[in-house]
Amino acid sequence: MRSVIDILDLTTQEIDSLISTAEDIIENPDKYAHKCERKKLATLFFEPSTRTRLSFESAMYELGGQVIGFSSASSTSASKGESVADTVQVISCYADIIAMRHPKEGAPLVAAMNASIPVINAGDGGHNHPTQTLADLLTIKREKGRFNNLTIGFCGDLKFGRTVHSLINAMARYEGIKFVLISPEELKLPGYVKKDVIEKNNIEYVQTTSLEEVMSELDVLYMTRVQQERFFNEEDYLRLRDSYILEPSKLKDAKEDMIIMHPLPRVNEISVAVDKDKRACYFKQVLNGKYMRMALILKLLEEAQA
Amino acid sequence: MNIDSITNGIVIDHITAGSGMVLYELLGLATLECPVAIIKNVGSKKLGKKDIIKIDGETEIDFDLIGYVDPKATVNVIKNGELVSKRSIDMPEKLVNVIKCKNPRCISSTEQELTQVFKLTDKENKVYRCLYCESKA
Repeated sequence: MRSVIDILDLTTQEIDSLISTAEDIIENPDKYAHKCERKKLATLFFEPSTRTRLSFESAMYELGGQVIGFSSASSTSASKGESVADTVQVISCYADIIAMRHPKEGAPLVAAMNASIPVINAGDGGHNHPTQTLADLLTIKREKGRFNNLTIGFCGDLKFGRTVHSLINAMARYEGIKFVLISPEELKLPGYVKKDVIEKNNIEYVQTTSLEEVMSELDVLYMTRVQQERFFNEEDYLRLRDSYILEPSKLKDAKEDMIIMHPLPRVNEISVAVDKDKRACYFKQVLNGKYMRMALILKLLEEAQA
Repeated sequence: MNIDSITNGIVIDHITAGSGMVLYELLGLATLECPVAIIKNVGSKKLGKKDIIKIDGETEIDFDLIGYVDPKATVNVIKNGELVSKRSIDMPEKLVNVIKCKNPRCISSTEQELTQVFKLTDKENKVYRCLYCESKA
């Protein structure tokens, strides 16, 4: 049974095809309005995440399907000690596809190994979040028109930011990519991502602590939030939280056609005043996420039926 | 120092000096009823110093585990006092229930009955990563 746990579970050809489907959905929503009739999506959210859950749910509703599920572990048998394997075997009897968010890394993989229906990883701790990456990719494609020859700046928490790791993995497969890694020393990109992905693919990259110094080079600026839930120590969180705050004045040297992305939610790392800038794309990302989730649900259900 | 040669059993040779005790523990040799000898810091032309483990009795051993701890080691099988096979051990592509993931955020830290699986992701640097969370072993 085909599942998507990591963005690398999808080939670049499959991603291109998902993007084509998503763009067709945007152009012709009526064509897809009944594609998933009589199908059920189970949203198994062992950790609260309103926006991702609602995105999956609205994606399924717009495909004409139905949704069952839960939005926190406290209301499930997991609170009684049931294993992920048992939970998904039970859910496989009720639904046609699963979207799972879990605080423990690797839980969706365990689910995929035990379910008899497709599993989509909707985020596992600080590990993977492939549908966010699909949203990011559609945004880059629609706003920049290409995946090659781009200088992409990642700014903020590059250590725990799973969306950053996933997007680096996905973009590393295209030609002419340059990464600019902007972070405080304590939140630098982990060595293994640098070594196993960037250096292994001979991709040009720069590491810096200054956003202003590199702003003029960037085609894409991907901002991230310093996530409190990833810190064991609140003191460290508070010290690093305000490392980078994007304000309109910092954009003076940026290219006119640069795009500003953010996986949301934001705290204070992008000033609200930036929202009016035509380069701000983070709310478009949210919408693109729904379309890519629709495309992915369709693809996995079609493959499961084949 | 002399250790008698064995009649039926296994000799794990060319163990990197210092790894003999680690292998002894991980292979669970303490639970064997037969004689087992660990010889440490033996002079070796190839390695300078090496450890050797001699197991005087027929037993099953986990070659993957030896390959993980010390891929330079060799395993000699002795039958009726004769060397019947000598094999070098390569690093296994996958380790199943050999080591445990130390990442407290990994699903295997809370679901104790999950099979512990590690995959070899970088042979040159001997890097194994947890199948579930991809943390380094």
